[in-house]
Amino acid sequence: MTREQIPPLMGTAPQVSAATPRLIRRLKAAGRFALVIFLTYLGLLAVTFFIGRVIPVDPVLAIVGDNAPPHVVARVREELGLNQPLAAQFTVYLGKVLRGDFGTSVLTANPVMQDIRRTFPATLELASLGILLGAGLGVPLGVWAAVRRGSWVDQAVRIIGLVGYSVPIFWLGLMALLVFYARLGWVAGPGRIDVAYEFTLTPVTGLLLLDTAMAGDWEAFGSALAHLILPASLLGYFSMAYISRMTRSFMLHELAQEYIVTARAKGLSEARIIWRHALRNAMVPLVTVIALSYAGLLEGSVLTETVFSWPGLGLYITHSLQNADMNAVLGGTLVIGSIFIALNLLSDLLYRLLDPRTHLR
Amino acid sequence: MSSAASPLLIVEDMRVAFPSRDGGLREAVRGVSFTLGRERLGLVGESGSGKSQTGRAILGLSAPESRVSARRLEFSGIDLLNCPPKQRRTLRGARMAMVLQDPKFSLNPVMTIGAQIVETLRAHRRVSSKEAKAQALAALESVRIDDPARVFKLYPHEVSGGMGQRAMIAMMLIAEPDLLIADEPTSALDVTVQLQVLSILDALVKERGMGLMLVSHDLRLVSTFCDRILVMYAGRIVEELAAGGLADARHPYTRGLMACLPQLGASTHPLATLERQPEWAL
Amino acid sequence: MSHSNPSTIASQPAPGNGLSLASAAALSAHTPHPAGQSESLCAWLMSEQPRSRRQAALGRAYSGWRTFARNRLALLGLLIVLALGLTALFADLLAPYSAYSGDLRSTRLLAPSWSHWFGTDDQGRDILSRLMLGSRITLFVVALVAVLAAPIGLLVGTVAGYAGGLVDAALMRITDIFLAFPRLILALAFVAALGPGIENAVLAIAITAWPPYARMARAETLSIRQSDYIAAVRLLGASPGRIVLRHIMPLCLPSLIVRVTLDMAGIILTAAGLGFLGLGAQPPMPEWGAMIANGRLYVLDQWWVAAAPGAAIFTVSLAFNLLGDGLRDALDPKAAP
Repeated sequence: MTREQIPPLMGTAPQVSAATPRLIRRLKAAGRFALVIFLTYLGLLAVTFFIGRVIPVDPVLAIVGDNAPPHVVARVREELGLNQPLAAQFTVYLGKVLRGDFGTSVLTANPVMQDIRRTFPATLELASLGILLGAGLGVPLGVWAAVRRGSWVDQAVRIIGLVGYSVPIFWLGLMALLVFYARLGWVAGPGRIDVAYEFTLTPVTGLLLLDTAMAGDWEAFGSALAHLILPASLLGYFSMAYISRMTRSFMLHELAQEYIVTARAKGLSEARIIWRHALRNAMVPLVTVIALSYAGLLEGSVLTETVFSWPGLGLYITHSLQNADMNAVLGGTLVIGSIFIALNLLSDLLYRLLDPRTHLR
Repeated sequence: MSSAASPLLIVEDMRVAFPSRDGGLREAVRGVSFTLGRERLGLVGESGSGKSQTGRAILGLSAPESRVSARRLEFSGIDLLNCPPKQRRTLRGARMAMVLQDPKFSLNPVMTIGAQIVETLRAHRRVSSKEAKAQALAALESVRIDDPARVFKLYPHEVSGGMGQRAMIAMMLIAEPDLLIADEPTSALDVTVQLQVLSILDALVKERGMGLMLVSHDLRLVSTFCDRILVMYAGRIVEELAAGGLADARHPYTRGLMACLPQLGASTHPLATLERQPEWAL
Repeated sequence: MSHSNPSTIASQPAPGNGLSLASAAALSAHTPHPAGQSESLCAWLMSEQPRSRRQAALGRAYSGWRTFARNRLALLGLLIVLALGLTALFADLLAPYSAYSGDLRSTRLLAPSWSHWFGTDDQGRDILSRLMLGSRITLFVVALVAVLAAPIGLLVGTVAGYAGGLVDAALMRITDIFLAFPRLILALAFVAALGPGIENAVLAIAITAWPPYARMARAETLSIRQSDYIAAVRLLGASPGRIVLRHIMPLCLPSLIVRVTLDMAGIILTAAGLGFLGLGAQPPMPEWGAMIANGRLYVLDQWWVAAAPGAAIFTVSLAFNLLGDGLRDALDPKAAP
């Protein structure tokens, strides 16, 4: 994708006459921004509502499952208010969601929100480490490939990218587990931490690396790291494949621009030209790429967490799926969907912040 | 015909070649020779004549896939083709500089104008940032920008073309080079602004005793501002003239160009066109 | 004296399409004569002065093919895709064993050997045969998603781009909203509600796949819309519908085809992911993703049960990526990263 093909969620800046006072312009922009967030989120809610209520033949059974006792079925049927018109149902649904009430899980009998709160930090930790690896390796590699065009680095980036775009992540994870855990024993197996430490931990943030470090429990830290390293590397590889290719593409575009010739004519060092001039310009679309890649890692967690038995939100969704627990599935979908939207908007904001040409005058 | 004691720039039989699509090399500049002292030299030619490539090759700014060769390419006694790349780089900006055509594209869009000017200075001189800023403001003033402090903080897209080009000139001249190559410096500007910018350039060059090579397609503009004119066609210099001696041009290409220049008040029928002869390109 | 020969001087016109200057001159020196007479097919296709629309179109296609064929990796991709198609078509004939029934006593979990190239699974079924039959499912999913999503995206994009104003704003809002959703998760939720099955998986993927095509088609339409030939057709009295259908949509096709081909790799991966989670084709159908899920249970000792289908997915996905890259370089080189 070229820079032009990454669509800003907000659209282009409005053409406002210079006569309009700055404050009004800023308010208008903020208003448009809020409207976009509102509409997009409303759309997501509409879609999940549609999936949950409209599609299933019997939404009640979809929620409570086939084996529920009749009084539960009756209660839920009343709760859902299925005899009411669709619009009224949607409004009730909206109200519940905005209060954080995603219903109750059939599997765990807990409120879905509670389950999500419990499982989300694991996904967050994994995806965050993955993106750190992916961006931390991917950006320098992409820069290197662009600067040394046609060299072995360039070819390597192309190959890494191609493989990353073509291989199923869950299969690669499975093979990696086979090689690095079962055969070589270099990393720890399923789960987040050795069972031995699981009960001595007091979860503060839910992010095990942070929690163990803060408690000074370095053995537990090592165990958590040993469990984290393989899935995080897997996610890191995937985001690196995407990020390095896009970095290379953006850098090639910038290096071909006239201002680079100017920078050379000024006698600046090659390093300064690459990092301070070309990359600084390439960063503008690149932060969008990184944000989207992060979103992709969160989304892909449904697959990777299954392979690694990682007790995160992804695994929760898949388990609920296999047990036809609609409330849980939709709750998880909403959470990930909301983060997705938030990341999209964040990348839009960052784009505007970094590119002075988009600043409102 | 060079003025002053020893020329700043000596170019002998320079060639710039690019790999062509079918594997061979295509020469854009085919054996160009001239000298430049502390004077104003104009290099005139149409698109594709190789004039821009000549300027870039002198500075070492040709594309990486190109091949530059010459019997002699000397600046101020330094052999440019055989000196270490680091030396070549230090020369750029400090002793020889280049002004590019369109400030919309030739200035870094994410850096303020002031930051870009300061960057040039600090690349070649050890000055504190306060001192650098002061010098940058002075440079902006020297190109007749009225409110240097305000322009210092602006981004390139926030200023007009004429102001951007003046900022570019300030940026390139701040480290006090001896030689300036101006590659179509006014082609992207409105006609009224063109003369303004050129006169600023002219004044600065005269004031500092610099050598100027003005590359352009506009014969009349060049003849107004330069002491000597070189006419380029198909990668070669076909004629060398003194500024006032345009009427004495002997090469049919130059004469053809002169005939095509419209004159106010003169008859426009039939409209003169240039009949290219293949032997000019040999 | 110049060393370069006169044919490489910049001011002379460059001969197109790889013909040397000499033969181009010779060709244009010919007096017009009926096609097919004493001209080779290649020269006829590459002629600088085509004598009919068909000749021009065929010539363009041939020249595009030549650019494409120069890219060896893209050719490899094309070959693999064709092999996939052939395998899917003749799977019944090609498969050495049955893909659905196996002998639990004698052929269970056999390692790869000459009689079973990829070994057998936990139900004694030959994995190679299952892969071959499974290629039908893969092809089915990919083709159906493309056939569903691409036209919708094209329609929405061109209508939005051409109509402009409120219609454009509304359609693009909807498209952007869909673009901001996580594809896999939404597909998952859809299938969860609709029930597992290959058709539902296809539908779910298609619903989330059309927005990028709409965006692309709209961008193309916006630039085409201003051109003179559209204005000319409008002056001739063409209705907006006709303009969009007959004039704008065909121009969007090349980049759309490239994009769809590149997307196919991702669609295969998403479908495999859904299959892995048990949401795609149901057992005993040999869907590759489901085969991996099955093989996962035995991966520690009988790694081939999971390895083979994954390698197949990788190969096909890679082929579509290479093919798409090659098509993009041939049809739309400006978009290449």
